[in-house]
Amino acid sequence: MSDYQTHEHDVLVIGAGGAGLRAAIEAASVKGLSVGLVCKSLLGKAHTVMAEGGMAAAMAHVDDRDNWMVHFADTMRGGQYLNNPVMAELHAKEAPDRVRELEAWGALFDRTRDGRILQRNFGGHRYPRLAHVGDRTGLEMIRTLQDHGIHQGIEVYMEHTVTTLLKDGDRVVGAFGYDRERGRFRVFKAKAVVLATGGIGRAFKITSNSWEYTGDGHALAYDAGADLIDMEFVQFHPTGMVWPPSVRGILVTEGVRGEGGRLVNKDGKRFMFDDVPDLYKNQVAKDAEEGWRYVTGDKNANRPPELLTRDHVARCINREVKAGRGSPHGGVYLDIAWIKEKLPNAQEHIKKKLPSMYHQFKELAGVDITTTPMEVGPTTHYVMGGVRVDGVTQMSTVPGLFAAGECAGGLHGANRLGGNSLSDLLVFGKRAGEHAAKWAQAQKPSNINAAQVELAAKQALAPFERSGENPYQVQLTLQDMMQDKVGIVRTENDMAAALDGLAALKKRAAAVSIDGNREYNPGWHTCLDLPNLLCVSEAVARCALDRRESRGGHFREDYPDKSKDFAGHNTVIRKAPDGSMKLLREPIVPLTDEQKKVIDANK
Amino acid sequence: MSRVELKLPQLRPLGATQRTDAWWIQPVLTLLGLGAFIVYSTWAALQGTHYWVPGTNYLSPMYSPVLFDSWQIAPASSGHAWFGAWPDWIPKNLWVLSMTPAFLILWAPGGFRFTCYYYRGAYYKAFWADPVSCAVGEPKFRGTHYRGEHKFPLLLQNIHRYFLYLALVFLVFLTYDAIISYRFLGDDGQKHFGVGIGSLVLTINPILLGGYTLGCHSLRHLIGGKKDCITDCSGARQGAYRGVSCLNRRHMLFAWLSLFWVGFTDVYVRLVSMGTWTDIRIL
Amino acid sequence: MPQATFRIWTGAGDDAVFKDFATDVSEGMVVLDAIHQIQAESAPTLACRWNCKAGKCGSCSAEVNGKPRLMCMTRLDTLDLSVPVTVEPMKSFPHVRDLVTDVSWNFRVKKSIKPFKPRKPDAPDGTWRMQQADVDRVQEFRKCIECFLCQDVCHVLRDHHKHPEFAGPRHFVYTAALEMHPLDTEDRLSHMKNEGGIGYCNITKCCTKVCPEHITITDNAIIPLKERVVDEYYDPLTRLFKVFTGK
Repeated sequence: MSDYQTHEHDVLVIGAGGAGLRAAIEAASVKGLSVGLVCKSLLGKAHTVMAEGGMAAAMAHVDDRDNWMVHFADTMRGGQYLNNPVMAELHAKEAPDRVRELEAWGALFDRTRDGRILQRNFGGHRYPRLAHVGDRTGLEMIRTLQDHGIHQGIEVYMEHTVTTLLKDGDRVVGAFGYDRERGRFRVFKAKAVVLATGGIGRAFKITSNSWEYTGDGHALAYDAGADLIDMEFVQFHPTGMVWPPSVRGILVTEGVRGEGGRLVNKDGKRFMFDDVPDLYKNQVAKDAEEGWRYVTGDKNANRPPELLTRDHVARCINREVKAGRGSPHGGVYLDIAWIKEKLPNAQEHIKKKLPSMYHQFKELAGVDITTTPMEVGPTTHYVMGGVRVDGVTQMSTVPGLFAAGECAGGLHGANRLGGNSLSDLLVFGKRAGEHAAKWAQAQKPSNINAAQVELAAKQALAPFERSGENPYQVQLTLQDMMQDKVGIVRTENDMAAALDGLAALKKRAAAVSIDGNREYNPGWHTCLDLPNLLCVSEAVARCALDRRESRGGHFREDYPDKSKDFAGHNTVIRKAPDGSMKLLREPIVPLTDEQKKVIDANK
Repeated sequence: MSRVELKLPQLRPLGATQRTDAWWIQPVLTLLGLGAFIVYSTWAALQGTHYWVPGTNYLSPMYSPVLFDSWQIAPASSGHAWFGAWPDWIPKNLWVLSMTPAFLILWAPGGFRFTCYYYRGAYYKAFWADPVSCAVGEPKFRGTHYRGEHKFPLLLQNIHRYFLYLALVFLVFLTYDAIISYRFLGDDGQKHFGVGIGSLVLTINPILLGGYTLGCHSLRHLIGGKKDCITDCSGARQGAYRGVSCLNRRHMLFAWLSLFWVGFTDVYVRLVSMGTWTDIRIL
Repeated sequence: MPQATFRIWTGAGDDAVFKDFATDVSEGMVVLDAIHQIQAESAPTLACRWNCKAGKCGSCSAEVNGKPRLMCMTRLDTLDLSVPVTVEPMKSFPHVRDLVTDVSWNFRVKKSIKPFKPRKPDAPDGTWRMQQADVDRVQEFRKCIECFLCQDVCHVLRDHHKHPEFAGPRHFVYTAALEMHPLDTEDRLSHMKNEGGIGYCNITKCCTKVCPEHITITDNAIIPLKERVVDEYYDPLTRLFKVFTGK
């Protein structure tokens, strides 16, 4: 084996967003355990910083009727009952402790009058449940974890990318990658590997996700033989910026609607009242007045329809635009300025509650949201699907390989509720770290397969030796196609065409080339990201093609309704021995009697 | 801090920058503004005459409080001196400079401004070129020998809060001067209430000075900033902290307004006293 | 479509030079868009850090026309496009290549500052009570996105290379957030005075001017910290008062 720098750890965490950091902290809390943390960017820049609204935890500080059971029922309903109920229950039960733990590590949440953590309303949550800091909760969370984490003896590898997981027999025993700054290869030897790499948003053209979101964890796990689950469910956040073009897709927090923002079409009509799904009929306000009472804290009022689940709101916006009732740039209007009719100090209130939204629109679009409605439209935001894991331990179907956060699947089912992501990161980040540590302690030393390392190195360097296409062009084509054909509204024909397109793109990707050297070469990095993007894109397309119904984040124009035939299984993706992508339908994890009772009681 | 050797970019010489805006305007304005005030106030302090207006209670803020009347005006008296005429034990001249009542007191408000957090930043830029403007190169000789306020002599800037205490006392004196400026000597030899332009000039002075002094960073710290939980304090103290913080946000504005007004008040008193300007009585 | 020229610092080490790139300009574009366009069109290896492209992660720090800025938040319509727009890497850190610098020093400095240490919980369930009014002050500091533009513009680092003895504005804000945290019980003042070298700061407020999060770094973080250091080390009366009152 060539002489690559080798680092040895008991637990290796890949990804340093909320889940990765939390996992690393947990693993490092075990005495004598060595923990490595690999991040693609600098520490503290991961996509978690983009989360705005808050983290859902049934602490009942604002409404004392809230408890884990209501949260569990909300999560299951939001996920259209495809969720793994084991995870949904653990999540609802453990989230409050994880939030309090952040406070003990220095996080400063907004406060209630009596000095406790304040909670806000959010789509799909029955009661005000989101602990938050203005609209920069994700930043608060990652900074708290980062500042706590750096004192826990974790070895951090900033700006390193993992390209391959290394295996010894069935077991995952390490990872191979390179440092972005110098382009040198690194071998990480580890007894347990935790994937916490986030999502796949960069497979789409309009996305709120950063360049890092190339589905690395999904692809690494898939290549290592692990199952992926629910990949058809991609969340399109209903409100992203649409104008100017360069900011298209940047997130506009749901918090705007939580503070009373209303969606109107170009005719000034508040269209969300027109279409309320049956599952939520008795939880939605009858008129605008009741909706306003709800967002201002009236416990007897029901939520305005803008605060329905994201999949539904996104589709309603899409419908308005397609029907020609959209704004000039192909969105609809999100209006928070109207609350000046209700509040004397509305301008100050908006700036205080939504400071970064105010800032973002002011600087990037030249729009003052305290006086002018925003133009918004759906943007790719989150993938519900991910590595299939055990609900309790977060171990994937490959021994020694764990996954947490967005790159793990199961908790959110067909659609994620806003605010459930940050709490997911903490709850399952901790669990992944804990169980990875336990697993690592029980393992005997392993061997790194030199041939596998050599092959990985050879593949990584191949783009320098070819003379072919510029990788950016392939990436752009892929993003356009996925947006077009496997986006928010899907049909059989489109997706079949997409699969053909993907096959062609795979050939192109295998031939891309790059000049220059290995030092901080973004073109080379893009070459290496392409296979991952293609892998997850294919998984999404295949799963979406197979699910002939509309449910949660997955909407089929040719099958616009939910179907009983598809209510009982999750779609699973696995790498077949011949290297092709195999699709299986696996029955959903059944509810226990106890869980059934909880759900019925909270209907 | 980390002792790892960093291979840093080469230092750039004075004025080197890629900035395309007029970065030099602000330091030049500061240089001119502060320079003009220093020149004028030094000149005025050296005069020892025309610091009050007979028949009124107008007194130049550059001479207030008057400990001893100036020897230049002996045997006359301004009526403002606390301890009478210039005593023999204080020399009349220091080298070639004549000593005046202003010299006995001006060091206090002068020291307050010299050690003020706002002025420090401003004159380090305009007078020291350290840095001359943000992201603009500095004189090369200073390079890595820079000492800042970390070492003597600028370490002494930390004395600021003691000058604050003095400045607060001066604020009381100048407020008193403003109040008595509404009393004028009548034909009957008695003092009567009245309002002259000078009274207004002398009233605006402590208001602006108050805006400046009460917005001091040290005061903000002492009155509440040093507490981690301001809500544990009494309501009055919380209010005071909020008030000082509010003025502190406009510290630069009040620093310049009050500086200008102190100078202008002296000019006004001086010219009225010399008979160049006539003080108009409103009431 | 109108075009603009970008004069970008490219290369590494002594070979680095300004190189001109022309690209199309469309409505609402920011400097980072232009860099991406140039990467896709003519310079695929052009190195630059970025992540969120929404001013939230603080990765794409650079100097645009000599001013430290986030490239993702610098709109082209605020710049004069009739002349080339210069884009340079930050100047206070070792250069790596093109627009990328080695900012790892910042991470090492942060690690040297003592971590958060809360007081005992206020309530039997292990939680604390805090008033929003007390939290407000620290929340301002916690807006920091660690773009290190304040470190870049600070002349103590930029022009005097005091990295070994000066923590820089970012870490004063970080320390202020800890020191003024309603729950924190740790004492970092000696560290600030000595290893942190807060005295090197001569309050020229450049850090405040460049902060993309509009944190009032100098007035709200550094000066209050300086005052706390004065309390502890330079003010005999406060010391005496503390001796007598035992506070």
